[in-house]
Amino acid sequence: MSGDVVQPRLGLVGWLRWAWRQLTSMRTALLLLLVLAVGAVPGSIFPQRSIDATRTAQWLTDHPTAGPILDRLGFFEVYASPWFAAIYLLLFTSLVGCVLPRTKQHLKALRARPPRAPKNPDRLGASLVETVDGTPDEVLTAWRKTLRAARFRVDSHDDNSLSAEKGYLKETGNLAFHLALIGIIVGVAVGHLWGFKGDVILPEGQTFANTLSRYDTFSPGPQVDAADLTPWTLTLARLDAVFEEDTTREGQLGMPRDFTAHVEFAPTAKAPVEDRTIKVNQPLETGNGTVFLLGNGYAPHITVRDAQGTVIYSDATPFLARDNNYKSVGAVKVPGATPKDLGFAGLFLPTGTITEHGPESMFPQPLDPYLALTVFEGELFPDGAPQSVYELDDSAMTQLRAEGSDQPLRLWIKAGQSIDLPGGRGSITFDGVERWAGLSVRTDPGKSLTLGAALLALAGLIAMLTVRRRRVFIRVSEAEPDAEGRQRTLVRVGALAKDDDEGMTDELAGLAERVKDHR
Amino acid sequence: MSDQTLAQFSMLSLYSAMGVLTLAMLAFAAHLAWLLPARDEAAEHVEEYELVAAGGVSDAEPGPATSAAAYRPGDGELPSRARSAGGIASSLTILGTLLLTASTVMRGLEVHRMPLGNMFEFALTGSTFVMLAYVGWSLRRNLRWLGLFVTGPAVLVLGLAITIWYVDGAELMPSLKSYWLVIHVTIATLSMALFGIGAAVNALYLWQDHVERLGARSFMNRLPGSRQLEKLAYGLHIIAFPLWTFTVIAGAIWARQAWGSYWNWDPKEVWSFVIWVVYAAYLHARVTTGWRRQNAAIIALAGFACIVVNYGIVNVFFVGQHSYSGL
Ligand code: HEM
Repeated sequence: MSGDVVQPRLGLVGWLRWAWRQLTSMRTALLLLLVLAVGAVPGSIFPQRSIDATRTAQWLTDHPTAGPILDRLGFFEVYASPWFAAIYLLLFTSLVGCVLPRTKQHLKALRARPPRAPKNPDRLGASLVETVDGTPDEVLTAWRKTLRAARFRVDSHDDNSLSAEKGYLKETGNLAFHLALIGIIVGVAVGHLWGFKGDVILPEGQTFANTLSRYDTFSPGPQVDAADLTPWTLTLARLDAVFEEDTTREGQLGMPRDFTAHVEFAPTAKAPVEDRTIKVNQPLETGNGTVFLLGNGYAPHITVRDAQGTVIYSDATPFLARDNNYKSVGAVKVPGATPKDLGFAGLFLPTGTITEHGPESMFPQPLDPYLALTVFEGELFPDGAPQSVYELDDSAMTQLRAEGSDQPLRLWIKAGQSIDLPGGRGSITFDGVERWAGLSVRTDPGKSLTLGAALLALAGLIAMLTVRRRRVFIRVSEAEPDAEGRQRTLVRVGALAKDDDEGMTDELAGLAERVKDHR
Repeated sequence: MSDQTLAQFSMLSLYSAMGVLTLAMLAFAAHLAWLLPARDEAAEHVEEYELVAAGGVSDAEPGPATSAAAYRPGDGELPSRARSAGGIASSLTILGTLLLTASTVMRGLEVHRMPLGNMFEFALTGSTFVMLAYVGWSLRRNLRWLGLFVTGPAVLVLGLAITIWYVDGAELMPSLKSYWLVIHVTIATLSMALFGIGAAVNALYLWQDHVERLGARSFMNRLPGSRQLEKLAYGLHIIAFPLWTFTVIAGAIWARQAWGSYWNWDPKEVWSFVIWVVYAAYLHARVTTGWRRQNAAIIALAGFACIVVNYGIVNVFFVGQHSYSGL
C-alpha cells in the first residue's frame, strides 16, 4: 500500500489564480496597509531631495558611510522610490481585485428581493412573538406599512410572511469609498503628468513674464510643453512686511505677522494691467498657473565702479534670509572688472550690529541696514558650469587682504555709504534696500479630481460606518378567536443584523410599537 | 476686560482646573481600588456595572445582589466607599471640566481667535475636548470605571502644556491666518480626543481580556466585560476615523492655499497619513477573518502611539513647514 498522497498539480494558471486570490484577500490588504504605514515613515526622518535638496546634500556629506547606501535604497526620495511604489501599487491591485467582484455582487443584490422568511423567524437573533387582534392579512399590512416607513425594502414570498431588508447603503458606501481611493491616485497622477511648478525671486519694481526663461527653477510634468505657457505678466510694485513690534510678549518680538505683495497683473501680453494683491493664504489665479507668495527677503541695491568711476555693476541683488531677523547671505559677481573679475560674498543685515559672534541682525525690518562683505579676485566662472547666484565659487579666486595686513579684507558698509577698494580696484556703494518676493507658480490639473474623489471617499466612509444592514422576517398564522369571536393572529417576528449590532433589539421593539399605529 | 486680565484669569482657571481634576483623578483611583472584590463568596455577586443604565442610576439604587453583599459585616463598606468616591470623582470632574472650558474660552478671547495657534493652546483645547467628550458621554451611561484613565492623561498633558509648551498669547504667523486653521485644527483636535479615549478603552479591553483569561480576581471584574469594552472602543474609533479623514482632506486644501501644493510629504503630513493608514488597518483587522480582536486593538493602540509621535515629537524636533509649536 502506498502512503503517498498524490497532490493535484497546479498548472501555471492554477498558480496565478492562487496568487491572485492571495493578493486580493483581506489579510493581504491588511498586511499591505501596515507595510504602507511603516514605509512612509523614513521620509519624515531623512531629508527628502525633492523637498530640501540642500539639507539632503548636507546629510550625505555628514554621513559618508551610511549616506550613499541609504541613497541607493531611495531613502532620500522615499515617495518616488521603487519600493514605495511597489507597496501602493500592490495595495491598489489588491483593492481593484477585491472591490470589482464585490461591486458586481452588490449590483445584483440591489436588484434582488430580500430572501424568503425562514419557517421559524422567532429563532433569529432578536425576536418577538405575540397574539394580536385582526386577521393575518390586516396584521401583515400593518407590518408592511411600518417597515416601509422605516425605509425597509419589503417583499413577500408567500401569503403569510414578509421579508424586509435595509441598509444597502452600507455596502454602497464601502464600494464608493474603495473606488474613490483609486480616483485620488488617478488625480495625483494627472497632476504629476500635466502640472508644472516654477519659482522666481522678484525684486520690487521688476516684471516677471510667464515664459520658461524667466523662471529661476522650473519643473514641468512629463506631458507639459513649456511652449504652451500663457504669456501673462506680473510686476511687483511693492511688498509690505509686518513684524511683531510689541516687546511685552515673550519670544514674539520680530515674529512675522503679515506679508502682502502688491502687483500689477496682465493676464495676456496685450491685456490692460490690473492691480492685485497676493498674500500668504491668498494666491493669485492667472488662468495658467496659480501664483503663491512663498518667501520674501531683501535685495540690497549695490553699485560697483572701476578706478575711473565708470559703473560696472548696479543692481538690486537678492540675498537669502538665514534667520528670523533676516540675517541674509548673498553674493555680488562683477565679471567686467579689471584687471580681474571681482566677487563679493557675505551678509546683509537689515538692522545690523557687530557682536562677538560677528555681524548679526537685531530686527527683521530695515531700520539700520548694513552689508558685511569679503572680496575675491580671479575667475568667476572657471569651468562655465552653472552655479548658484547666492554663492561665490572661489575655487579660481583669491581673497583680497586688508592693506598692510594678512587678515582678509572685510567691508562693513552702511546704507548710503561708499567704500574704495584697495589697490585702485575702484569702489563699491550700498545705495539702498529693496524687498523681493519669492513667487511660486503652479498648475495641477488633477486637483479637482483628487478633491472630488476624497470627498466621495469621506461620504462613502461615513455611510459604511454608520448604516446598519438589517433584515426582518415575519410569519403570521390564525390564532384562536377571542371570547367575543373576533379574529386573532399569532405573529412571529425575527430580526437579523449583518454584524454584531446591539441596536437590533431596540429597533425591533420600536417597530413593534409603531405597528400599533398602523392598525 | 483687557487682554492682560483675560490672560491672568485664563491661567488662574487653568490652574484651578488642574487642581480639581487631579483630585478627581485621585477619587477615581480610590473608586477603582475600593471596587476590589472582597475575598468572599458573596462578593462574586456584587453588582456589576450596568452598561446600558443611565449614569448614576445603577449606583444610586443597588440591585438585590449588591445589597446581599453590602449588608455583610466587614466587607460591606467596600462597595459603598467605592460608590461615594465615584460620586465625588464625578462631581469634581464636572467642576474641573467647566474650569478648563472657561480657561480655553478666555484664552481664545485674549488672542481674538481659536486658541489653536501653538502647542500650548493645542494641548489646552485638546484636553478640553477630551474632558467635554467624557462628561457628555457619561451623561448617557455610567463611565466611572473609565474616569481615572481619562482624567489621568488629561492632567498629564496639561502639566506638560504649562511647563514645557507654554508660550504667551500672540498673533499668528501669516501662514496660519486662515479660516482653514479653525476648521482643520478644531476637527483634528476633536478627533485626537476621541482616539485618545478610544485608546484608553482599548487598553482596558486588553487588560480585561487578560484578567478574564487568568480568571483572576481584580477590580477589573467590576468593569464592563472585555466584549463590551471592545465594542465601546470600536464605537469611539468609527466616530474619530471619519473626523481624521476630514482633517487630512481639510489640511490638504489649506496646504494648497498656503504653500501652493496640497501634499508635500512634509513630516507632519507624513505622520497624519501614517495615522490614517494605521487606523484603516485597525478597521480592516476587525473584519478580517482569522484575525483576533486583540490584535486589532493592538493596531489601534499603535495608531494612537503615532498620534503621540506626531504631536509630541514631529511638532518639536522635525524640520518642516508646520513649524508652529511656538518653541
Ligand atoms: C487603500 C487602502 C485601503 C483603505 C484605506 C481601506 C479602508 C477601509 C476601511 C476604513 C474600511 C471600513 C471597515 C469597517 O467597516 O469597519 C474598509 C472595509 C473593507 N475593506 Fe478596505 N481599505 C483599503 C484597501 C482594501 C483592499 C485592498 C481590500 C481588499 C482586499 C479591501 C477590502 C475591504 C472590505 C471587504 C471591507 C468591508 C469589510 C466589511 O464587510 O465590513 N480594502 N476598508
